[in-house]
Amino acid sequence: MTATATAPRRARNTRSGIRRGEALAGWTFVLPVILILGVFLLIPVAMALWVSVSDWSGRGSPFSSNVGFVGLQNYAAVTTGDGLATRDFGTAMRNNTWYVLLVVPLQTALSLFLAVLVNGAILRGRGFFRTAFYFPSVTASVAITVLFIFLFSTTGVVNEILGAIGINGPNWLADPRGLLHILVGSVGITDGPAALTGSDFLGLSWWNWLAGPSVAMTVFIIMAIFTTSGTFMLLFLAALQNISPEVQEAAMVDGANAWQRFWRVTLPQLKPALFTVLTLGLIGCWQVFDQIYTGTKGQPAKTTLTPAYLSYDASFLDQDWGQGAAIAFILFAIIVVLTLFQRWALRDRPVSARRARQYALPTRPATASPATVAATQVPSPPDPAQKPAADRGEGKETRP
Amino acid sequence: MTRKTRAIAGAGALAVAGALILSGCGGSSFDEPADGGGDGELTSSDEAITLLIGTSGDAETDAVTEAVAAWSEESGIEAEVKVATDLPQELSQGFAAGDPPDLFYLAPEALAGYAGNGSLQPYGDLLENKDDFYPSLVENFTFEDEFYCAPKDFSTLGLVINKGLWDAAGLTDDDIPTTWDELTTVAQTLTKDGVVGLGFGWEWQRIGTFMAQAGGGLVADGEAIANSQENVDALTYIQDRMADGTFAYAQDVGAGWGGEAFGKQLTAMTIEGNWITGAMTNDYPDVEYVVTELPEGPAGKGTLQFTNCLGMAADSGNQEAALGLAEYLTSTEQQLAFSQAFGVMPSIQSAAEQWTSDNPDLAAFLAGADYAQGIPTYDGTADVITDFNSALQGLKTGDPQEILDSVQSNLEAIVN
Repeated sequence: MTATATAPRRARNTRSGIRRGEALAGWTFVLPVILILGVFLLIPVAMALWVSVSDWSGRGSPFSSNVGFVGLQNYAAVTTGDGLATRDFGTAMRNNTWYVLLVVPLQTALSLFLAVLVNGAILRGRGFFRTAFYFPSVTASVAITVLFIFLFSTTGVVNEILGAIGINGPNWLADPRGLLHILVGSVGITDGPAALTGSDFLGLSWWNWLAGPSVAMTVFIIMAIFTTSGTFMLLFLAALQNISPEVQEAAMVDGANAWQRFWRVTLPQLKPALFTVLTLGLIGCWQVFDQIYTGTKGQPAKTTLTPAYLSYDASFLDQDWGQGAAIAFILFAIIVVLTLFQRWALRDRPVSARRARQYALPTRPATASPATVAATQVPSPPDPAQKPAADRGEGKETRP
Repeated sequence: MTRKTRAIAGAGALAVAGALILSGCGGSSFDEPADGGGDGELTSSDEAITLLIGTSGDAETDAVTEAVAAWSEESGIEAEVKVATDLPQELSQGFAAGDPPDLFYLAPEALAGYAGNGSLQPYGDLLENKDDFYPSLVENFTFEDEFYCAPKDFSTLGLVINKGLWDAAGLTDDDIPTTWDELTTVAQTLTKDGVVGLGFGWEWQRIGTFMAQAGGGLVADGEAIANSQENVDALTYIQDRMADGTFAYAQDVGAGWGGEAFGKQLTAMTIEGNWITGAMTNDYPDVEYVVTELPEGPAGKGTLQFTNCLGMAADSGNQEAALGLAEYLTSTEQQLAFSQAFGVMPSIQSAAEQWTSDNPDLAAFLAGADYAQGIPTYDGTADVITDFNSALQGLKTGDPQEILDSVQSNLEAIVN
């Protein structure tokens, strides 16, 4: 590493000797931030990584001589054992997977919808609505959790309202039944087929993996959507305001209706914002902790247990610090992998042949000059920076 | 490329520097424990000591602060009371940093974890008044044959009856249930107009009383006995009563715990400890109630006890003083003062008589001390019980044998 690092530096130094002092000054300026990030971020993460492969039991320094290296033993304990630790981890993964599956798409859709709504020029009192929708995001999550516990208590507001329209509301935060189990239970299936109950993953049978979020978890799902959609609305709003009105006008001239303009013109241009929102949503959802800590501590029947809370529980309450750290790093790996997958799924790709045909001129000359070939060629892939130009180009091509 | 490699080099240098800083600050405190950690002599110095408490409220904080100040005056050693907002977390941080409080509240289910990693200094046998503690409490704080710490007070569970609803149902003092059959009958009589006969929390910490009365429990003589026939009988009894609607979980009637369901008169009876008196006085002053011992099951009387001890840190610099403070706080006089201030029961037998005459209405709670079971003190017990509790939440439709078999396998893993 040293060799590769020094060689180019020397080369540059000879090239611009007059700027010799700049590197030192630069490092001096960024030193405070590097120190702060190092002490509060880098070193703790490195320490946690070490703890996850050590047998540190929580007393004294994890670097002291009587703490031993145990390899992947802590990781194995939560993923491959047949004991309580593995089953708890499996349960936590099940709960959080359902949480992510529901919260991420719903909060993205809702925040986009709200952003489009408050971006519209026709809406009166836009400022008021923007503030109102953003308000839950600036409130402390502990406060919101307490509020939701009251709203969703057996005799709370939600059940009162449901009662008024003749629905007997569930005992929300004390109901461990999975939504999908309730659904199939309503058609008389209460026990899973042997194929699902017979085999398991992480100590939990597939039938239980497919239970869906419990009624109690649904409360947290609703809460997450409620609190985060404001923040993400803001991101979408900023992106929407960046779209030049000419593009919309051009689409209108082309005869696109509002629905088509949204899906074909607006949404593709929001892709960078969409990626940000999905990534932030994904990370936030996998790390859900404070709501659980304040609200239910994993109850009822462990259906609101999440890996982040389990990590805390294993470390601080059970003194299994290695396992707690291992869970944290498994969570880290999951988030990284899913984010990479999402990057891949949302990557800029060449337009498909089917899509290209839609843009083609109705009558194509039999012998094409190089100029017409260029003109009929598919527009360049939707690159955010060049978007307006590309779209204008499209408009020109399809015009008769 | 250049920028990247330089950034990596910088980060590496930073990590090294950081590690040096960390180990530097570690040198002063992390590596110290060796001189005090052994199980022989207690450390002694003129250092001030700290007591970390997880308090039940201002009444407890004030009473403890006052007592510690009085001890300080007497002994000439400075002592400070700190109130933890999250006791397990603050304790863990203290042990990890090598700078724990000298004395602290410690729950029996946390004992094994801390004793196992050497954070605790066992001092039970050094206590002057060690024979005065209830034997079941001593057992609750004994880990691997060593009596670790002085129980600071304790509670047991009793049957709490709503006097108004009881009288309205035409029941008299003679009807107070002493057996499961009688309990079934009165619960049936009391179940009407939307009120459930008996309500309690959905956890082993309440349901375990039935297991004890049936002659079961979690661990006996170092063997896990969770799936014994006695325990199955106890859960089946509760399940049957839930099916006919005379028993219910407090959570199922929309309350957070048994005391709340009882105070709101959603249930006519509940199984709770002596802390319920505080809740009743503060939140439901209009509800009249009486406390009796829990009814006998097939195997006689049974209840559960809950307690905390005054744990001592192995890394404490002044264990002699901490021992003195622990003795002072568990003296007959102090124990009675505490029970008057915040309603706990004294952990020492010499205070029992005075306590009973001071609190005749609550005598049933203290009577439970003779036959109460405590939480097993194996490493990992808390997890097993949490898992048991989550299964108990589905007891209504679950299979008692299946639930207990799962508890048994979890328990066997930690007991052996």
